Amino acid sequence: MTKLRKIKDVFFKWLFFAATAFGMLSLVVLVVDILYQGLPRLSWEFITNFPSFNPDKAGIKAAILGSVWVIGLTAPMALFLGVATALYLEEYAKKNWFTRLIQTNISNLAGVPSIIYGILGLALFVRAMKLGPSILAGAFTMALLVLPIVVVAAQEAIRAVPQTLRHGAYALGASKWQTIRGIVLPSAAPGILTGMILSLSRAIGETAPLVVVGAFVFVRFAPTDPLDKFTVLPIQIYSWVSQPKAAFHELAASGIIVLLIVLLLMNATAVLLRNKYQKRF
Amino acid sequence: MVPGVLFSSSLITVLTTVGIVLVLLTETVAFFGEVSIIEFITSDRWTPQFADKHFGILPLLVGTMMITVIASLVALPIGLATAIYLSEYAPERVRKVVKPILEVLAGVPTIVYGYFALTFVTPLIRSLIPETSIYNALSASIVVGIMILPMVASLSEDAMLAVPRKLRDGAFALGATRFEVALKVVVPAALSGIIASFVLALSRAIGETMIVTIAAGALAQVTFNPLESVQTMTAFIVNISLGDVEPGSIESKSIFAVGMTLFVLTLTLNLIAQFISRRYKEEY
Repeated sequence: MTKLRKIKDVFFKWLFFAATAFGMLSLVVLVVDILYQGLPRLSWEFITNFPSFNPDKAGIKAAILGSVWVIGLTAPMALFLGVATALYLEEYAKKNWFTRLIQTNISNLAGVPSIIYGILGLALFVRAMKLGPSILAGAFTMALLVLPIVVVAAQEAIRAVPQTLRHGAYALGASKWQTIRGIVLPSAAPGILTGMILSLSRAIGETAPLVVVGAFVFVRFAPTDPLDKFTVLPIQIYSWVSQPKAAFHELAASGIIVLLIVLLLMNATAVLLRNKYQKRF
Repeated sequence: MVPGVLFSSSLITVLTTVGIVLVLLTETVAFFGEVSIIEFITSDRWTPQFADKHFGILPLLVGTMMITVIASLVALPIGLATAIYLSEYAPERVRKVVKPILEVLAGVPTIVYGYFALTFVTPLIRSLIPETSIYNALSASIVVGIMILPMVASLSEDAMLAVPRKLRDGAFALGATRFEVALKVVVPAALSGIIASFVLALSRAIGETMIVTIAAGALAQVTFNPLESVQTMTAFIVNISLGDVEPGSIESKSIFAVGMTLFVLTLTLNLIAQFISRRYKEEY
């Protein structure tokens, strides 16, 4: 009896280990597969060429510029709205039903499928505000999409600033806003920035909402205006994946390598920031 | 003035929800002005792009459900087992390696998973079962399962880590093996958190878009054979959006009606998950 229990114990230990290994292994296989398919076509020309029907001349210049435009416009909007919302909830809001409503609503928004944001963007920004399938419409959509993540990260960072610091500022005669601007925000800045980078790395990888907004287009020019049509890197990859020819699948893999490198750099920056500025009060 | 600005900013999040609901509602009502709600619920054909138009949501629902069920069969057991290993067995140095890798896995964009499904998993399945279609539900759902696995693992592990040491020590003192402690003490004590993580994972699988659009195809049909092509609600929305949709056309309105169905379904699951983790939370 005891022996059987021991055997069971060892068996399940290895079973649980195998399950854990499955996840790790999936990531390894995925990365190796993509490097194997994508490295041969990765070159400087690939980065600097516009898309083409000829796989040997096709590149991701327009997609990269589109992604930079969208993220460049999304970031300030999401940062301002996210930090303002977090400051309101943490520093000003009274504990009443409306504050609870805002808070519950934010956690529910984080669970809404991203394609629904695309539908909202299509109806509101593309059609009702008549922005068309433009960079600006895409950036508005993305800002709303990442807002819940930014708010939650900023709230955590603000909450981590100890009350004693605030009391110290008040004792010196600072007003509430002076305390927030001079003490709370600087102390919370690394945390806010980390959350911001992570939410933007989510936005860079998003495909579906921007397809719905109308960014699935063949762009052979560098966008110069927020109202220009655009495409982004994940959508360029998608359009290559959906081609039947193998050469385009290899291009898709090369595009994925570029996308993953960008994400890796962003995440590494976030981790470094967190480790460097993590204050222990 | 400052509180006013901050307060107005915080209203944007509320307005986003209001906007989503209003947009979906008005266009869905317009959709049901042209299509009978009875047909939407009862017809088993979904062909808005054909000359002979039918608007039965059933094929899209069946497609979505099949993806979700198979993805859960992959992600729930493996995710839970990973969580048990990490919280009950793994030495600290293993945890330090595994946790960041799971975070990376959770951060991989879905377009990358879609590529992986179509160019790696599908050929693998077809070499084992040659009659499989190029676009099939099985490949897409296995990869959706891999995508939601880290979420199940990390949320379930959080729930298990919250179970106090005392409970485990009590069981060990009575002579229980590590496996018995995990299965009979820790998992039951963390059950509300584990189930909440399962429900959230289902919701994520239902809302997943790019993997299913790329690997499962665009054939809206009522089938229970995972080797065939299916269309999910999300894949339908993408497929319509790829073409030039005239605002006001029935195709355009149909994506809002499908979006409404998707929104209600995922919101319900998210609320259930919140309810479970709040209502049945064990306090120690």
